[in-house]
Parts: sequence; structure tokens; C-alpha cells
Amino acid sequence: MNTLTRARKLVPTNPPPGPFRPGFWRSPLRGPWLTSFLGTLLVPGIVLMLLTGLISQWSYYPTLGRNATTPVADSIPPLFHLPVSWPSWDYAVTQGIHVNLGLALVPLVLAKLWSVIPRLFKWPAVESPAAAVERLSLLVLVSSVLVEFFTGVADAEYWYPWHFSFYTIHYYGAWVFFSAFALHFAIKLPTVRRAYRTRGLLKPLRDDLKHTRPEPPDPDGLVAARPDAPTISRRGLLAMVGGGSLAVLLVNVGETIGGPLRRTALLGARGRVFGTGPNDFQITTTAVSAGVTGAVTGTAWRLSLAYDTHIVSLSRAQLMAMPQHHATLTLTCVEGWSTTQHWTGVRLADLRDLVGAKATDVLKVSSIQPSGPFRHVALAPQQVAASDALLALCVNGVDLSPDHGYPARVIVPGAPGVHNTKWVGSMRFVPA
Amino acid sequence: MTAHLRSRYGASPLHLLGHLALFALAAFAFTQMFSGSGVIQLIAWLIGFALLQDLVLIPLYTLAGRGLSRLPGASVNYVRVPAVISGLLLLVYAPLILGLGAHTFLFYSGHHPSGYLRNWLLISACLFLISGFVYLVRGRRA
Repeated sequence: MNTLTRARKLVPTNPPPGPFRPGFWRSPLRGPWLTSFLGTLLVPGIVLMLLTGLISQWSYYPTLGRNATTPVADSIPPLFHLPVSWPSWDYAVTQGIHVNLGLALVPLVLAKLWSVIPRLFKWPAVESPAAAVERLSLLVLVSSVLVEFFTGVADAEYWYPWHFSFYTIHYYGAWVFFSAFALHFAIKLPTVRRAYRTRGLLKPLRDDLKHTRPEPPDPDGLVAARPDAPTISRRGLLAMVGGGSLAVLLVNVGETIGGPLRRTALLGARGRVFGTGPNDFQITTTAVSAGVTGAVTGTAWRLSLAYDTHIVSLSRAQLMAMPQHHATLTLTCVEGWSTTQHWTGVRLADLRDLVGAKATDVLKVSSIQPSGPFRHVALAPQQVAASDALLALCVNGVDLSPDHGYPARVIVPGAPGVHNTKWVGSMRFVPA
Repeated sequence: MTAHLRSRYGASPLHLLGHLALFALAAFAFTQMFSGSGVIQLIAWLIGFALLQDLVLIPLYTLAGRGLSRLPGASVNYVRVPAVISGLLLLVYAPLILGLGAHTFLFYSGHHPSGYLRNWLLISACLFLISGFVYLVRGRRA
């Protein structure tokens, strides 16, 4: 008798009452095919979440200056940047996908968890060391998926019931989740293939309610031992989950598309329109909340522009006297909402040439705001060189309002919202 | 050797190696997530989430489903579908609907986030109305 058999003998063979008993779970729809199908639907969504998440992380150019949001991982150079030659709405698309897809995946994730719930109450709980290890990894998988979705959703809705950095927990949580997900995928692949081989990939979707039968009993105990009569077909269940995803998507996506569709984001944090004036678009941080007052942005304000020992001090009038460039650019927040406006100002490349800095230099921008995590930002040489990258003075034909960064703000195509520094006080070119 | 491990462990060595790699990575991520003070909060969270989902939410919707199943046959779906979609909207947009982030939002954006509870209730009303309408139309045809 080996150790395993001896250990098994210690566990009572009769499960305790309640959910541990095989007859407790009644849904006639649960089974390996349904779980496999829900899992298969999740795979492309999860992969897209990983890719768009990484693109966003790397859009911060984390190895430059104080840009890092997750210090240790950010010392690794990014593999990819959205090219600055692409339209300025490229980040609006990738981050819009990340946030809106993330919201729309919630119903699917819940359906997947619902489909495997009898496994949680499996008796005996562990049959071998391998099963124990696998259960532990499932705890990691389920906890991390819930943490990822919870922190993502809460951040997009301005609810911060935690004491730690959103970036850090969402980023490292993502690595744990994707690793656990990949391992789960590899382990379950044979089960999935068996389910599709015996039931057909799409065949169970052909059954209407009258023809909906429980799947044959499976070794994992997903199929109910005493199933109720079905009240919904499998395709009906999937349609309900899909309908839930669609509803969740439709009440938010308008805040990403912007324009007249913003009002359709009935439950989106940025689904409100506050007026039709040139400065009435969405505000990330008001001047008051940033601690910026009229005293520091008035006529005494100067932009300090520096390269090496060469320092130039420019008033707003002097900046206005320089060649002005117009650009229609999309601002996108990491929270997934966007707004497209018509900006006017001085090209960052012109400012670089004014102080004689090199095309390979990094631009360090500091705001006059006394606090806030993104008041110091470093811009990459290619961002400075972009023809539409501006130190904007006006928006939609009028001066920037105090809340939008008066006297001057940075606007760079495709940069995350917080890298478009408002109330700029100093700009310094430094060797990369 | 492999057969010996398999009989004692219950799966192939690859299974064990994959899991050990995952646990090491998870432990690394844990050490990076916090500079000390938040660790306990996170651990409490991770476990709390798994428990909330597995022991509260799922039994809740299983029980709700059983209550609904007293309705005759497939007609239960005319209540179940709009109720599930309304519930999902509440779950996903709870911070806005319940005003949990209202102070933060007002502070940063300069506007009070109002009207979310109203919108959710109106959307839910529409869902139930549409469902009722479909039920009537189909009932008449049948």
C-alpha cells in the first residue's frame, strides 16, 4: 500500500451534507463541453487584454526619467511602442479595447466560474499531491482574475478602496493571472479536446430547449448527478451571457468614442457632456485639486527652457509670438475614455531647436502643480520629434482654461493622458 | 523513476514543475506589490475575493435561479434574462451607481457624478418592459 492510498483512507468516504453531496448541484447544462466552450471564448479575450495592457504599460516609456509606475519591472526596456507616426487615436483604440473589453468580459468570467462551481466542493477535496497542488493553483487563478477585474473596474470608476498603487497591483496581478491562466489552459487542453471530440465543437448549440439533455457523466463531476429539467438551452445561456456583455459594453463605449456618442455612455464615468464651449471637454485634474492658483499662472509665469547650461525664460506672449502649429489630437486616459480637440501651440521640436538640444535628447517636463504623481514626466526623443507634438497654448481657438492647463500644456500624439503635462513650469533637454 | 513519481504524486513531473514555476512567480509578484504595509490587506483581499465569489455570489444566484424555476417551464427566462442583465450592470457599475467614488470624481473632474442610479433603474425598467412585450407577442402567436 503506497502513501497515497494510505492518505486517502484518512478522509471519510461520505461527503458532508450540502454542496459536497453530488446531488446538490442541479443545473442540467453544466458539463465538460459547456465549460470548455466558455473557456475557449475567454482565451482570445484574455490574450487581447494582455497585449493591450502591455502596450499601455510601455506607452509610459517607463525606463525614462521618473516615468516608471511599477519600479522593478519598469527597469526592463519595453519591447514595443505605438509608433508616433501613427494617428494620435492609436492609444485611444488600444486602451479603449483594454477597458471596454475588460468590462464586457465580466459576464463571461462569471459564467465560466458558475460552470465549474461543483468542483470547489469536490469530495474528497484532494485525492493526490498533484490534485492538492492544482487546487492551490486554481486559488491563485481565481483570486488573481478577481483582483484584476476588481481593480480595473474600480479604477475606471474612481473608487479606490485600497492603500496601494493601482498600477503596481494591476500590473503584477496581471502576470500572476496570465501565468496561472496559461498553466490552467495547458492542463485542461486534453479535457477540452475530449469534450469537443465527443460532443462536437458547435453541435450542442443546435439543440433548442426541447432537445437539451445533460452531458454524459464525467470524471470531474461537473455534470449533475440528479439534474433538474432544463429551463434554458445551452445556446440560450450563451445568448444571455453575450447579451449581458453587450449591455455592459454599450453603456460605456461612448466615452471612448467621444463626440456625439459620449451621451450614450449611460453608465460610463465619462459619459457626461458639460457644455458646448471650447473648453467644456472632460477634465482629468482640476486646477483646484492640483493646487494650481491664479497667482502662479498669471503674468509673472515664465517657462524655463533648458539644455545643458543654456537656460531660456519665456513669457506666454513670447511663446505666442513663435510659429504656431495646429493639430487635432486625441487625449486618452488610462481609464479608457478619450476626447479629441483642436490644439494650437509651439512644436516641441521648435523648442528643442531654440535651445540647441540634440534630436536624441530626452525632454523632462515639470508642472508647477505642487503635488500629484505625474507632475514630472520624461518624453522620448521620437515623441518630441513628432510633428504634432506641441506645447499647447490654445484649444479650439481660445486660450486654455485653468482646468485644461493654462498658461501652457504638453500634448503628444498617442501618449497616455497623464503624460500630457498641464501647467508646465519647466522643460529640460537631457542626454538619453 | 517517472512511474514512481506518478504513483506518489498523481501526475507527470511536468505538472509539478509547471506549478512550482507558477508559485515562484506568484511569490515574486507578491514581494513586488508592496513595500510592507499593504501585504496583509492584499492577502486578505485575494482570499476574500475567492470566498465572496465562491461562497456568496454563486450560491446567491443558484438560489435565485431555484426560486425562479418555480415559474412554469421556459417562461422563467422572460424574468431571468432581464434580471441577469440588470444584475450584471449593477455589479460592473456599482461604484458609480452607489456613488462610491463620487468624492474622488468630483475632486478630480470638477463635476459631481450624478444620474447613474437613475440611469440603471431606467435601463432595468426598459429591459423588463421589452421582455414583457416579447412574452405577450409570443404568447399571442402560440
